[in-house]
Amino acid sequence: MKTAISKLIVATAMLGALGWISASNARFGVSAASAQGAAKSQEVVVKIDNFSYMPHDITVAAGTTVIWVNNDDIPHTVVSTTDAFKSKALDTDDKFSFKFDKPGTYEYFCSIHPKMTAKVIVQ
Amino acid sequence: MGKIIRENLNNDGVDRRGFLKCMAWAGTGTLCLVQGGVLKSFALSEVANMDQSKLKGDLSFVQISDSHIGFDKAANPDVTATLREAIAKINGLGQPPAFVLHTGDLSHLSKASEFDTLDQTLKSIHTEKIFYVPGEHDVLNDNGEQYRERYGKGSLGDGWYSFDQKGVHFIGLVNVMNLKAGGLGSLGKEQLEWLEHDVKTLKSSTPIVVFAHIPLWSVYPEWGWGTDDSAQALSYLKRFGTVSVLNGHIHQVMQKVEGNVTFHTAMSTAFPQPQPGTAPSPGPMKVPADKLGGLLGLTNVNFVRGKHTLAVVDSTLQG
Repeated sequence: MKTAISKLIVATAMLGALGWISASNARFGVSAASAQGAAKSQEVVVKIDNFSYMPHDITVAAGTTVIWVNNDDIPHTVVSTTDAFKSKALDTDDKFSFKFDKPGTYEYFCSIHPKMTAKVIVQ
Repeated sequence: MGKIIRENLNNDGVDRRGFLKCMAWAGTGTLCLVQGGVLKSFALSEVANMDQSKLKGDLSFVQISDSHIGFDKAANPDVTATLREAIAKINGLGQPPAFVLHTGDLSHLSKASEFDTLDQTLKSIHTEKIFYVPGEHDVLNDNGEQYRERYGKGSLGDGWYSFDQKGVHFIGLVNVMNLKAGGLGSLGKEQLEWLEHDVKTLKSSTPIVVFAHIPLWSVYPEWGWGTDDSAQALSYLKRFGTVSVLNGHIHQVMQKVEGNVTFHTAMSTAFPQPQPGTAPSPGPMKVPADKLGGLLGLTNVNFVRGKHTLAVVDSTLQG
């Protein structure tokens, strides 16, 4: 957990260095809300580790592309509960990305291991 | 060993002590005798000194599970080799099995090449027929279309079916499709209706064997090890004298008796998974190479007609 937190801190610091405003968020979340005039192609990475999406819930600005990377030895998927997006089965190190253009709360889960749930909040 | 678990703290029939006792069986090999719904279990080391004729029945079959062909990570870089070891065990049995049940996760990623390798490897089993149910790894990306084309001929819906062998009614169920966010395994309304109809005309004295991939009892819901609507399915089986439920998915041996129903999960032929709650996740468990064979295996089941006796023997690849 300590490692995960320190990674988040590093990630947040890096975003700040790139001219982004980072705001603190819910205890499971991380914010990547951009400042006005920030580059259009923002990307946020969600890692799939130990049957969990990390960070669990994220808040991003509209236009952000979220990239999921599967670090487990077992395949997982990223499937919206409202069919907004759906990945194929991601093998180890496979990636899936989706660009969130519209604000809203997007809940998703792993259709292979449905106990794995998380959400993307787009502002 | 062999005691029925009586304390029931969370309504699943298994208390922590009993649970750990069940877990200790994993990898050591277990013989279970069910007589009139009461389960007796013995370590395989005890079985060697028992009257072997009691281990033979009118019907003998083998369950294998979770071959995960295509998996090549550290927990077992050669899952085809360990499947071959399991087959060698089957072919070495004194009484060849009437058939083999594979309780799913034949493949790791539902790839045609993985199914091809499995088919090629299973050809060497000395048995009349192999019956299958899908695991969640067999229905990736195509809603199980390829699985049903290869293994589901004559089945209904997502691949469920039943058949009779020597007076025993076997029911293969599918609980890995249309899983809902936050949920467990699922049978679904259509399959439940079919099941109710399927057993309606059977005499209550008919021994029933149900097999499906994900456990049909609440093993560890936190890791998704259970089936949301299994209680509904089991309610249709209440009137039967002997019901045996065989599952895979959790890559370890666990057993439970609840009334007339005996639940049993099988080892994987590919890689072990951790005991519930003992790891951050149920991912593949890496063990030293010389320990792996002791955590993989197969299940041999014998029926003795007229006595309502079911013997379940788990043997490891090492044992």
